Amino acid sequence: MGEQILNQLVWPIIYILCIAVPLILAVAMFVYWERKVIGWMHVRMGPNKIGPLGLLQAFADVVKLLIKEVILPSSANRFLYYLAPLLALVPAFAAWAVIPFGERMVLSNANAGVLYLLAMTSLGVYGIILAGWASNSRYALLGAMRSAAQVISYELAMGLCLVCVLVLAGSLNLTDIVHAQAGGKGFLDWFWLPLLPVFVIYFISGVAETNRAPFDVAEGESEIVAGFHVEYSGSAFAIFFLAEYANMILVSFLASVLFLGGWLSPFQGWITADVSPWVNWIWTGGFIWLFIKAFLFAFMFLWFRASFPRYRYDQIMRLGWKVFIPIAIAWVLVAGCMKYFGWVSIGTGV
Amino acid sequence: MRHAEPKLPDRHPTVTDAPDGAEVRSIVLAEYWPVLLFIGVATGLGLVLLAIGMLVGPRRPEPEKLAPYECGFEAFEDARMRFDVRYYLLAILFIIFDLEIAFLFPWAVVFEKIGMVALIEMALFLLLLVIGFAYVWKKGALEWE
Repeated sequence: MGEQILNQLVWPIIYILCIAVPLILAVAMFVYWERKVIGWMHVRMGPNKIGPLGLLQAFADVVKLLIKEVILPSSANRFLYYLAPLLALVPAFAAWAVIPFGERMVLSNANAGVLYLLAMTSLGVYGIILAGWASNSRYALLGAMRSAAQVISYELAMGLCLVCVLVLAGSLNLTDIVHAQAGGKGFLDWFWLPLLPVFVIYFISGVAETNRAPFDVAEGESEIVAGFHVEYSGSAFAIFFLAEYANMILVSFLASVLFLGGWLSPFQGWITADVSPWVNWIWTGGFIWLFIKAFLFAFMFLWFRASFPRYRYDQIMRLGWKVFIPIAIAWVLVAGCMKYFGWVSIGTGV
Repeated sequence: MRHAEPKLPDRHPTVTDAPDGAEVRSIVLAEYWPVLLFIGVATGLGLVLLAIGMLVGPRRPEPEKLAPYECGFEAFEDARMRFDVRYYLLAILFIIFDLEIAFLFPWAVVFEKIGMVALIEMALFLLLLVIGFAYVWKKGALEWE
């Protein structure tokens, strides 16, 4: 009995904390990195006062947010107002349960992994809508409506992109999807090449889904001040912040797993030498590769923010519905033909 | 980094493996129990953060502070106003198209086993989808001005 509790409860929770705690730290460092990078792109210093190079800035911000007052507006719905940040946070974290970090380094090797991810990323929009509704403020409601319409529009494009990946991989299991990208041609075996348009659509949709610049009309500071979370303060705001950044990192990891071969090395199959366990991962693959790829995508989020002006709302809708969805539908058929006529090699190097 | 638990099967079962009911249940439990736990841990994290904020933070309510934010103007009595019907229309379109995508998922997984028939059937299915899409487009449901 004791052993069963250990196996069923204690170990899984330790594994979960091994994902969740680094994720929180990653969010903290990502916020710091964002401010630093955008600072450099604006020819400023960025945060540099707290700790060496300003490294402790994010932690100081967290402490500040936690000791601030949580304001409940007088006309707000109390229960929904407090439920909304939870509904935003839980899917952003729970989605990490099925991400494979390496060969057999996965919390839940669920067969329906992609389906679960799609469900979790869709649930995030409830937090936004509820926050806007429960606040009972005009800016918040406007932001929530915009955000909901935008997120569901881009989710369609995202879903069609996932279908293309599934056609090639033939499985909903994320580990299998990575295995399907193994082969002897290095990074040319990954799905980004046969699915190039879909790959681009997926990442841009991911930016839109997380309400990031240039698609941040839901919280555009200069027009509706902060959108759905305008009434939130203190730790309730911190939770929305945490959820948004966890989602950005999640999209970065997903794009790496689905299109850039997850933990596989870009030199797979080119080198077969056995030098030492410390350097072999460079060509045999390992979780460090996944982290490098995810970091590149995460950096793109910041780069976009520093480079592009905000889209107008009708432009966002046109891009999602009239450009991305038709291309993605067409590419589902192209992917079917590629698979059927064997134009791409799937999982030759496992 | 964490290493995966050894009790899991090497590969997930396929249709041809045909495990019996008890086996399927144990596999489902082994794979989805951590997912459920993760949802629990995430909920706990959110609750703890909210609780810290409420316990540590000050609480000094006053009418002006608790009024909805409207850039300094007196707030209207209720913000839950009517909104554009396009949002509603968009939600309906979303349900239709998302359902179609949900139908594509099982097709994509078994595509290899069925082969040419699956490809043709899906081409027809997508054709219907595209006809509906073209109709919606023509009717102007996708216009935002």
